[in-house]
Amino acid sequence: MRHLAKYIITRTLLTIPMVLILLSIVFLVLRIMPGDPVSSMLGGHAPEKVIEQKKEELGLNEPMAVQYVSYLWQVAHLDLGESMVFKQRVTTAIADKLPATIELTACGMIITLILGVFLGAYAADRRRQVQDSMIRLYGIVIYCIPVYWLGLMLQLIFGIWLDVMPIAGRTGPRVFASTFEQTGFYLIDTLLIRDFAALKDVMIHLTLPAFTLGLTLSGIFIRLTRANMLDVLKADYIIAAEARGIRHSRIVYRHALKNAFIPILTMMGLQVALLMAGAILTETTFSWPGMGRLLLERIYLRDYPTIQGVIIVFALIVAGVSLVVDIIYAMIDPRIRY
Amino acid sequence: MNNTILDIQDLKVEFPINIGTVRAVDGVSLKLNQGEVMGLVGESGCGKSTLGFSILRLLRPPGRIASGRILYHGRDIVSMDEKEVLKLRGRRIAMIFQDPLTSLNPLFSIGRQFVETLQTHEKGINKKQAILQAESMLESLGISKERLQEFPHQMSGGMRQRIMIGMGLILNPDLLIADEPTTSLDVIVEAQFLDLLADLCRQYNLTIILITHNLGNVAQLADRITVMYGGTLAEVGLSGDIFHTPLHPYTQGLLASIPNIKLDQPELSPMEGSPPDLVNPPTGCVFHPRCPQVMDICTRQRPPAFQKNGHQVSCWLYR
Ligand SMILES: Nc1ncnc2c1ncn2[C@@H]1O[C@H](COP(=O)(O)OP(=O)(O)OP(=O)(O)O)[C@@H](O)[C@H]1O
Ligand SMILES: [Mg+2]
Repeated sequence: MRHLAKYIITRTLLTIPMVLILLSIVFLVLRIMPGDPVSSMLGGHAPEKVIEQKKEELGLNEPMAVQYVSYLWQVAHLDLGESMVFKQRVTTAIADKLPATIELTACGMIITLILGVFLGAYAADRRRQVQDSMIRLYGIVIYCIPVYWLGLMLQLIFGIWLDVMPIAGRTGPRVFASTFEQTGFYLIDTLLIRDFAALKDVMIHLTLPAFTLGLTLSGIFIRLTRANMLDVLKADYIIAAEARGIRHSRIVYRHALKNAFIPILTMMGLQVALLMAGAILTETTFSWPGMGRLLLERIYLRDYPTIQGVIIVFALIVAGVSLVVDIIYAMIDPRIRY
Repeated sequence: MNNTILDIQDLKVEFPINIGTVRAVDGVSLKLNQGEVMGLVGESGCGKSTLGFSILRLLRPPGRIASGRILYHGRDIVSMDEKEVLKLRGRRIAMIFQDPLTSLNPLFSIGRQFVETLQTHEKGINKKQAILQAESMLESLGISKERLQEFPHQMSGGMRQRIMIGMGLILNPDLLIADEPTTSLDVIVEAQFLDLLADLCRQYNLTIILITHNLGNVAQLADRITVMYGGTLAEVGLSGDIFHTPLHPYTQGLLASIPNIKLDQPELSPMEGSPPDLVNPPTGCVFHPRCPQVMDICTRQRPPAFQKNGHQVSCWLYR
């Protein structure tokens, strides 16, 4: 256990340079992108003088290096500046939307994992049998379907034809916001006040978007799990366990799956970025009031500070998840810790 | 009194592959007596492991037992249902493998793998009892019980192989199939391990099938030796007889090609030719294309097992 603690500390410290690099990339990309934030903000015909003044105000006339340092300084203090369009701190805008996105992506990921890992392992166990072919076919098809198309189809089928699911928003009108908002995670909020009718409403609203996201990514996980399982099932320790009389199901779903899970976990860390991208599209399809929608809205408005803030938060999430993934990895695999 | 523990009768094992069928074991009949160590030797690919796996019905698909019977204490393993086979595995018949590093699950502690094995077979045994049993097993193998908390990668090869055998023997089986258990160990550790195996054999009244291509190993340990060639048995006999008066030309060739055995042969002579293609085996005796004493009949008809000077030898020379 001492080794594990040491590993976690080292790994956490290593996240710092990673975050620095991510922040630098965000800074650079936003500044070399075409388009001048100030003139777009003030409209194309603003007089030169006004533009200059505004630039001065925003510190855009400082040398790049000075801007860079003050940018890092601000981010280190959790200050993402002020929106250029609304009178609003960027952090406030984000804090308002972040829980919605996390709730959606977390549920999406859980669906992906359960479906992908279980179906992948089952397919590997039933290699070359009908079940295997069906699961692989599903994996390929779902992988090819674009996330927004899948979202639209689910809306059409469950929201319109069958008319059993809402197709937009996080809640119905009856339980609309603020009456229960504490953490911003509606699943938790409704549980905290024990309003089960509201909880049910929140869950119903979450279902289609979470499945859209979860199904989309499940294809990759099926393929990955199946391939890893096939490898692991060939390992000597599997046949050795069989030789000791251990039940087949236990061998497949404990011995083999645990070993196959390690690369899956790594993949999960890498997929978070994709998940975020998927979330942006899903949020748009389902009018989900999250970070993705915030980002798109502000891109239309050329609200550079907010855009930058959202991207920074996405980057931090990716870095954070990869940290967590590596720690779980070390907890599963004793060989990593030493 | 019948003290035959295992009676293999005309066993055939096939691997259907896209270019045909590999006849990995092709009509093997062999009897094992309780408490003996049987050495099983032969070139790589002659079907030793396949024979070993068949006894526990552990063949990986597409491999399958095509015909024959394997009587263990008189009960046919080939026709048993899966549930009964599960009860035999580990409990009555244990198997250990060549590479002890890869034979233990890297993610589970040694203790956990012991506990799992015990709890699988002994209903109602709790974790504490299982751990105690595992601890005393380890101590009898000269490994400190603290090692139970460790993981396979933290141990040396010799130690892992001792753990494998401990895990194999903890349920008190009476038959142990050891498939090249020392191939991955260095010479000194190998010698120690073979000593241990000999001790255990006496202590547990074990019957052992020791698969190896190292004839030195079998010389040290085995009571009898079975020589396999191309999926068939070439010769079976007492250890000393096989070494000093080999009858089958293949056995003679095998012995002549081994440097570290004291033999009357004046010089080392590697055998000509290569092992047979098991998809299209030669007609007649599988060894005839390489045999220095080949006769007419050898190319046409497969030799049955003849009894000669206490050997059982499949060669027309001894008709
Ligand atoms: N899964 C499989 N598919 C096809 N052929 C196989 C398979 N497993 C084994 N064989 C074939 O069966 C034959 C016997 O293999 P086996 O592993 O039993 O040999 P062996 O005597 O144990 O060799 P070694 O000393 O190298 O371990 C070989 O010719 C091999 O090519
Ligand atoms: Mg082998």
